[in-house]
Amino acid sequence: MKILHKAVAGSLESSDVLISVEPADEGLSINIESVVLKQWGARIRQVVEESMQAAGVSQARVDVRDHGALECTLKARIETVLLRAGR
Amino acid sequence: MGLFRSQLYVPCKGPGMLQNCAYMNADAVILDLEDSIAQGEKDAARILCKYALQNVDFQGVGRIVRVNGQDTEFYADDLEMIIPCCPDAIRLPKVEDADGAREVDERITAIEKKAGIPVGTVKVHAMLETAKGVLNAREVANAAPGRVTAISLGGQDLAADMGIMRTLEGTELLFGRSFVVLAARDARIMAFDTPFTDLDNTQGLRDETKFVIQLGFSGKAAIHPSQCKVINDAFAPDLKTLKKAITVVHAAREAAARGIGVISVNGKMVDKPVVEQAEAVVARANADNMPEVEDL
Repeated sequence: MKILHKAVAGSLESSDVLISVEPADEGLSINIESVVLKQWGARIRQVVEESMQAAGVSQARVDVRDHGALECTLKARIETVLLRAGR
Repeated sequence: MGLFRSQLYVPCKGPGMLQNCAYMNADAVILDLEDSIAQGEKDAARILCKYALQNVDFQGVGRIVRVNGQDTEFYADDLEMIIPCCPDAIRLPKVEDADGAREVDERITAIEKKAGIPVGTVKVHAMLETAKGVLNAREVANAAPGRVTAISLGGQDLAADMGIMRTLEGTELLFGRSFVVLAARDARIMAFDTPFTDLDNTQGLRDETKFVIQLGFSGKAAIHPSQCKVINDAFAPDLKTLKKAITVVHAAREAAARGIGVISVNGKMVDKPVVEQAEAVVARANADNMPEVEDL
């Protein structure tokens, strides 16, 4: 999948996560802000990386602002943002 | 299929409420992809709903998904994504005739087959929200046996379709409610009532729920968690009625064991319809965990 334009999904409400994805010239850069960064930061990164890999996204800038989302919510928002951003 | 006394609408907008569906006192939740979701967020709602159905523990609370109507661009995608997650039922808005019920049946059947799910797993609750839909209630209720297991009245949209205002006493909906219940009972399926929209009027909700139970409805939609307990309590029988029903059920069981058909309780003849009514009362008490039914 190629990221064609910037897209956003989710929200900054409690238990949700706001994710934005935009095109990048090279590589995958992932920025994470989370209220539970110390406890779950590594897992959030792993889920984002695995989701990008599964979707075949190798070049993108991904911004994750997590407000305590469950993993299933994180995956739902990633699927949505990729649907909106790419082809 | 479980109980459907109180059915709480939960917008598939944010995950906060979705992941707490088990704690709302509702018999079932209606995960909404339709009216509560903005046009530009339909994709996000559908995907969030899918992940919630796959991952959230609803702890036995019924899972109904209100999809977008058949006349929308979202309808087919909603079903394609949601049916493989096996919710208990799909609530389909604005069904107007038997063709609409048959179309959704055929579409769900195809998706179930493709997904390797037994055909008929996901039921349909058809919403009757227009004058035409209500008048075709019998055809809709009988159009897809085993698939359409309930019809529900959409009071707000029906009032709009008829160009009338809804009132507290609900006289304007009386014929529609009565007709929908009769059609449902005729087809041996359930009938669900429209939500009570005044959140501050608990007594009004209680009165309306008792009224629609009297008409024969099996459940009522709720638009706030605080309404669920009021609705459930309204379905519980009063003690006098319950004690009388327990006596009848006891007598009927003893008679059945002795091979007797018609029985007498407190000097009155009790036949099959009376026993069935008594069993229904006991079932409602059971649903509310009333201690009086423990001995049965």
